[in-house]
Amino acid sequence: MSPALLEALGRIVGPRWVRHRKAELTTYSMDGLPTHESLPGAVVMPESRAEVVEVIRLLHLLQVPFVARGAGTGLSGGALADPDALLLALTRMNRILRVDRGARRAVVQPGVVNARLSEAVAPLELQYVPDPSSQAACTVGGNVAENAGGPHCLKYGVTTNHVVELEVVLPDASVVRLGSPHGEPWGPDLVGLFVGSEGMFGVATEITVRLEPIPPGVRTMLADFPSVRLASEAVSRIIASGIVPAALEMMDQACVQAVEASIYAAGYPTDAAAVLLVEVDGTPEQVAAESVLVEETLRTQGARAVRSASSPADRARLWQGRKKAFGAMGRIAPDLAVQDAVVPRSALPDILDRIGEIRRRHALSISNVFHAGDGNLHPNISFDRRDPALAARVREASREIMAACVAAGGSITGEHGVGNDKMGYMPWIFDPETLGAMQAVRRVFDPDERCNPGKVLPTRACREWRATPAAREVAL
Amino acid sequence: MIFARLRALLGPGAVDRDPDNVPRVTPDSTDALALVCRLAYDEGWKIRIEGLTSWLPPDAPADLAVSTRGLDEIVSVSPADLVATIQAGASMDAIRRRLAEHGMWLAVDPPGRPDRTLGSIIASGTSGPLRHGFGPVRDHILGCTVVTGDGRIVRPGSRVVKNVAGYDLTKLHVGSFGGFGIVTEAHLRLRALPRADVTVISKGSRDALTAAARDLLEARIAPAALELISPALAAEAGWVLAARFLGIDPAVQADVRRLPSDTEAVWEQLPADRTAGFWALLARGGLSGPVTFRLGVLPDGLDDALDLLAHDLDVDMVAAGAASGSLRWTGEAPVERLRAVRRAAAGREIPMTLERAPWSVRRALGHFGAYREGLGRLVDRLRDTFDPKQALSVALEGSESEK
Repeated sequence: MSPALLEALGRIVGPRWVRHRKAELTTYSMDGLPTHESLPGAVVMPESRAEVVEVIRLLHLLQVPFVARGAGTGLSGGALADPDALLLALTRMNRILRVDRGARRAVVQPGVVNARLSEAVAPLELQYVPDPSSQAACTVGGNVAENAGGPHCLKYGVTTNHVVELEVVLPDASVVRLGSPHGEPWGPDLVGLFVGSEGMFGVATEITVRLEPIPPGVRTMLADFPSVRLASEAVSRIIASGIVPAALEMMDQACVQAVEASIYAAGYPTDAAAVLLVEVDGTPEQVAAESVLVEETLRTQGARAVRSASSPADRARLWQGRKKAFGAMGRIAPDLAVQDAVVPRSALPDILDRIGEIRRRHALSISNVFHAGDGNLHPNISFDRRDPALAARVREASREIMAACVAAGGSITGEHGVGNDKMGYMPWIFDPETLGAMQAVRRVFDPDERCNPGKVLPTRACREWRATPAAREVAL
Repeated sequence: MIFARLRALLGPGAVDRDPDNVPRVTPDSTDALALVCRLAYDEGWKIRIEGLTSWLPPDAPADLAVSTRGLDEIVSVSPADLVATIQAGASMDAIRRRLAEHGMWLAVDPPGRPDRTLGSIIASGTSGPLRHGFGPVRDHILGCTVVTGDGRIVRPGSRVVKNVAGYDLTKLHVGSFGGFGIVTEAHLRLRALPRADVTVISKGSRDALTAAARDLLEARIAPAALELISPALAAEAGWVLAARFLGIDPAVQADVRRLPSDTEAVWEQLPADRTAGFWALLARGGLSGPVTFRLGVLPDGLDDALDLLAHDLDVDMVAAGAASGSLRWTGEAPVERLRAVRRAAAGREIPMTLERAPWSVRRALGHFGAYREGLGRLVDRLRDTFDPKQALSVALEGSESEK
């Protein structure tokens, strides 16, 4: 980055909010995935929409690429910037602007931490439902970019189902508002299109989300199974019964043992082949009736034991083991490749067998923790990236797992995004025409492809759609 | 001659004429439909998209009509995964029957004929009272196959219930009236049929019933639908508030027992054999005039929005989600009146979507009316991407904000 550009940025946001020394940039060289690394040209930290607009106007003038970043907890390398790009860290934009209890809406800046929003509205008996495992650190802006999920998305939907309106700064520095407080769009559903666009359409500077009432009743049950297959079949049976649990999570033995050996020990039985965490919520009557049915199903399907959380503290402990499972795996090896794939629910038992076979063949340590209700898998490979041969085996095993999930009719990502990690897999699930359509839509928002460049779309696999005169026009 | 060219392309059996003598082609596959669009694109012909002609305007100006009625197959149903793949021309009736055989359903209850096509629901994004409990149409569509205005085939999304691979182009096609292409097939999220389905209604003045709806929500009762219905639409002397509870029996019974009884509202449970008929009557009301539009109102703004309608139009055939805030009006009105409503609604940050109307009204108003500032430019560029010659006769372009 040229000194003149850095100075100009400093005049917009204040010199202390422009970082360019190598030691400062190292913090931003990775996200939550240890397999990708890149030093950005510089980091700028705006505090307001006005500053974002000024920064982006300058970058537009000079045709400098840029990448927006929240807390950097992403798991697809999506928030990394190359040395020729500027990183726009939005963590200072962390204010909850408005909460409307009657309408059940909150308006937040993109840097608001996910869990902080739910904490802030809890006194109103409301919550923000999408709850990624990283919710104690990740930001709502990052959630919007990735269309983040979480355990409680089975019943309540993922980020896209909870965002109703967005204020967006486009790469040409113009500002648009998409959606409405109600959720009905002004025309085509551009909020639906923007959420999950992985920061490639523009920068969301204000996000209006739907809040949900905290259900008056909740029950969390832990069931342990002698085999993963039995546990998977229990999941299918529960879903088919018409009950939609608030969450339906599975952990295999490797995961349970890692959790139980860590400070996050939750009291999971370490000799079980798999444990299921099932939560039902609603009115007390609904919880009571559904718990009976769920427990019956679990036992009929071969659960060795089913126990219910006896108190809020007990419930929190059961959840802590699940939510901190990735952290617990830090004990096993210095690095963890957290994977993310989806299969049709009915394919779960077979795919888990297949992952076991891949693990054995590559002599790797893989533990599985996943949103069983949605068929969303997280096979996690523990390794040490200083060992190049081992790292190569991790890459190959990840690739084989993805291929198996795609062959089973699944997808390469359920909630972590494509980023720069999974671009190579995109042609496995989309034909060149569909990839070309995605690229053409991206150019509607970002004709110069300067906004988070080089992510999601493997350019060579995209069939070229005509570059229309309208798409090339640059608004000044 | 267009008629002859189409016959040569798809065979005589696939081509006839619509009541206005416009050549109409009924392809039986996505590939065949794409061929037609490609030919139309090359020749500069305008295409009118047709299902059963009740939602997309049958009088849209066009050189040919493309009907989805030959694409009516229920391609696959996966009970264990709660997912189905269904072609756009399949009727809701047929879908309902087929899914019920497997103990499943699609949790959307749009207005209109019971046999309306899946494609028309996707194109117009029309949800019904169940939007409150199960979300708008877009929440039920996991992926789709789309033929663009220049005959390309695009397949965003997939058959799994959770997926963030690539941009969510599916959302762009739900509710955009075919302006970005013709949806020929969709992957749908299903649910297991509820074991209990109970509807309770209360009759009275509009004010008393909006208060009753507030009380019900304050009591943290969560019906799947909570609909405020105008007298004419409900075929009653006064307004009706209807709450529908779905789920397992003990939970549904408990919700019904807990309905607030200390207010003016008196709740009456509909007998099981009248429940389906009640909601069907409401759905059919959506066709009782030539124009249908919806407003996206926050629930606490419903009273004000209804007053607005009463002032500028009428509140004869109106249904409103008392908890979701989605309001639907049906009737007959001159364009100037509709424009006045749209302007007043926009001033309140309420988007108005014209769901159903003759071409003259759509042409004058656009499906969406006023875009917010800057959005028209984006929509035009998207249109240009998917339908570069504007071969699809869809009034997507909106005037910039009138605010």
